[in-house]
Amino acid sequence: MNEITIINISLLILVLPLLGFIITLLLGKKVKSIYLFENFILVIVFLLSSYLLYSKLNFFQNQKLFFEFNWIDIKILESKFAINFGVMIDNITAIMLFVVALISMLVHLYSIEYMKGDAKYNRYFAYLGIFTFSMNGIVLTNSILIMYVFWELVGLSSYLLIGFWFEKKSASEASKKAFTVNRIGDIGMFVGILILFYTYNTFSFDKIFTSIENGSLPFNSEYWLTITGILLFCGAIGKSAQFPLHVWLPDAMEGPTPVSALIHAATMVAAGVYLVIRIFGLLTADAMLFIAIIGVISSFIPATIALTQNDIKKVLAYSTISQLGYMIMALGIGAYQFAFFHLVTHAFFKAALFLGAGSVIHSMHNEQDIKYMGGLKEKMPLTYWTFIISSLAISGIPLTSGFLSKDGIIASSLAFANLTGYYLFPIFSLIVAFLTAFYMFRLIILTFHGQPKILDKFEKAHESPFLMVMPLVLLATLSIFIWYTPNPLNSEQGWVLSSWIEKPTLFTPENSRYDFMKTKSDIIGNQKLSYIDSKIYREAMHNVHYTAMMLSGILAVTGILMAFVFYQWKKINVQSLTNKLKIFYNLSSNKWYFDEIYNKSLVAFTIIFSKILAWFDSKIIDGIVNLVGIATKKFSFFIGNFDKYVIDGIVNFTAYFNGFIGLLVRRIQTGKVQTYLALVIFSLVVLIFIFN
Amino acid sequence: MTVGLIHFLVVSSLLFSFGLYAIITRKNAIMVLMGIELILNAANINFVAFSRFGNFGYSGHLIALFVIVLAAAEAAIALAIVLNIYKNLSTVNVDEIDNLRE
Repeated sequence: MNEITIINISLLILVLPLLGFIITLLLGKKVKSIYLFENFILVIVFLLSSYLLYSKLNFFQNQKLFFEFNWIDIKILESKFAINFGVMIDNITAIMLFVVALISMLVHLYSIEYMKGDAKYNRYFAYLGIFTFSMNGIVLTNSILIMYVFWELVGLSSYLLIGFWFEKKSASEASKKAFTVNRIGDIGMFVGILILFYTYNTFSFDKIFTSIENGSLPFNSEYWLTITGILLFCGAIGKSAQFPLHVWLPDAMEGPTPVSALIHAATMVAAGVYLVIRIFGLLTADAMLFIAIIGVISSFIPATIALTQNDIKKVLAYSTISQLGYMIMALGIGAYQFAFFHLVTHAFFKAALFLGAGSVIHSMHNEQDIKYMGGLKEKMPLTYWTFIISSLAISGIPLTSGFLSKDGIIASSLAFANLTGYYLFPIFSLIVAFLTAFYMFRLIILTFHGQPKILDKFEKAHESPFLMVMPLVLLATLSIFIWYTPNPLNSEQGWVLSSWIEKPTLFTPENSRYDFMKTKSDIIGNQKLSYIDSKIYREAMHNVHYTAMMLSGILAVTGILMAFVFYQWKKINVQSLTNKLKIFYNLSSNKWYFDEIYNKSLVAFTIIFSKILAWFDSKIIDGIVNLVGIATKKFSFFIGNFDKYVIDGIVNFTAYFNGFIGLLVRRIQTGKVQTYLALVIFSLVVLIFIFN
Repeated sequence: MTVGLIHFLVVSSLLFSFGLYAIITRKNAIMVLMGIELILNAANINFVAFSRFGNFGYSGHLIALFVIVLAAAEAAIALAIVLNIYKNLSTVNVDEIDNLRE
């Protein structure tokens, strides 16, 4: 086992799904069973990434592996620079690759049953293939430009898959919305990349970090470093559906449900979090605070919206935004490891939830409204129990993976508040924890418990086939603590946090960091490792750990109990309560009127602005163009006439004149020798008289 | 009255004029050739006269002899041409032969 093997495996993991995409797309119409090939490729990719994770953690645990080659050489005037295509593998990369490959494979297998009978069956698998390829690209690359390329590619595959059933108007609208909203964030990210490139002449993360560590800053100012960080984060706001660009994700539920599980819950939306993890080293305290604020807002607002939604997928979509907000907030307050840990655990249990929802929708014949469900518990026991386990995980109940990561984030926010005084972060995270437990169990009770509402659909409902249930069971199993730590109450003793996920490194100047984030170096093996010495932070966390655990545990259990009180035992009449709290209910069920506000303000403004531009184009620009055209036409006619009458006239006149002279002279040319002779003699006589 | 140079010259110029007149006006090619002979003979008279009255020795006589020889050769060639023209065009009328026009 050496580094080259690992690099080769990672490149294979990157390229194989692309191969699957190309072949499936090209042969999709002719070979009906080509989807099996795509599935086969994904199984291979999964095996390879498991092997990569295993060998990375076993043989190169404290080492970053690099591979790089020149992609494009650019020479402009004197300056010369190269854009490199490179791969960087640390533990986070390896874990992320594994998560993506695992969920992608499960979703592929699940889709075999779920999408059965669809007219564009093979094309669907091809799209999943290009998504997996692009996602692996984001995860593997060491250059922010290449990451941006793959970033747009996942955007493309997301667009294709949201609009997969484009015959439906709502689906095509949703795909356009997702693409456009993402673009807004990507502009910010692109400007950030340009600033970095302008300053450091390179796109490579490590070279940028080294330059920052050596004291070179964009425009020599820490403010610009903050601005760069925030601009790059804009990409994450778009991709991870953070406030204020979160509006696309609920609409993206128009896509097939397995796609929602893979792209819009587990992996692609986590790419934003992954981006922040990758650029963590250049974030200043101000940028981090901004990120934390965005994160906490995005965790709170969607959680309140999810309370009143009736579409099973919309509830899960809002809970996804909320959980992503958690991760973003965790990064903002410096809980780097917990953020990534939550990304991984969330990927598993949220994929399980979405696939479970897919299973319900499948057996209910495309019924998505939970008001018309109920009583499915007996009909679909496996789906029910896996859904319960995943919901417990997302609610943060002990013994689940969600508890480990979420509790860590809440504890960090509490510690952070103790250190800096921003108490709104822990307060809101705790409220969100409560809300999450409440709406998840509201969802479960309305879907699986109680009496069926539509009997004919209920009668036909059945447990899903093996290929759909197997991923559910597997993912639910992964939502249990045992995979991550031996002690279900303390994640820090587990191998994931203590040795798998690297400690973060900050490269920013010491005075633009939070006070408790000073760098410390250690020699491990023969390598010098720098990381944040989080001793103060850690102590603060230890102080609040049990408080946080108690608070979040109590709140989660209260949330679950309240859901039972409201919907299962019906002790409180929900209807009368909503009537009393009409304002809040309307605010929540109308999604805080975000779409309406955006439509009235931004969209309307854009349309008016476009109309003005269109008017300007059609009247002024076109007017100028037409004027030029008409003037040219007139001028050409003038030139044409000049040519026709003057120039041609001269030419013709010359010709006629010559012809006329010729006619005159021709008479002399009789061909008779005697005439010639007479002329000669006459001329001779004349000459003699002249020259005499 | 003695016969002097001037009389010879008058005779020769009369001959030349007749020759020229014949060349220009006659329709028959043979008559044109005869006009040429007349012109050549006019030149001969001039040569001999100038040789007799000027101090040129016998050069004039000699050239006159040459001219007679040349005239014989010329007559032979010219007659051959006329014969060929007749063969090709079935006429020796100079007015009808205007092929040069083309």
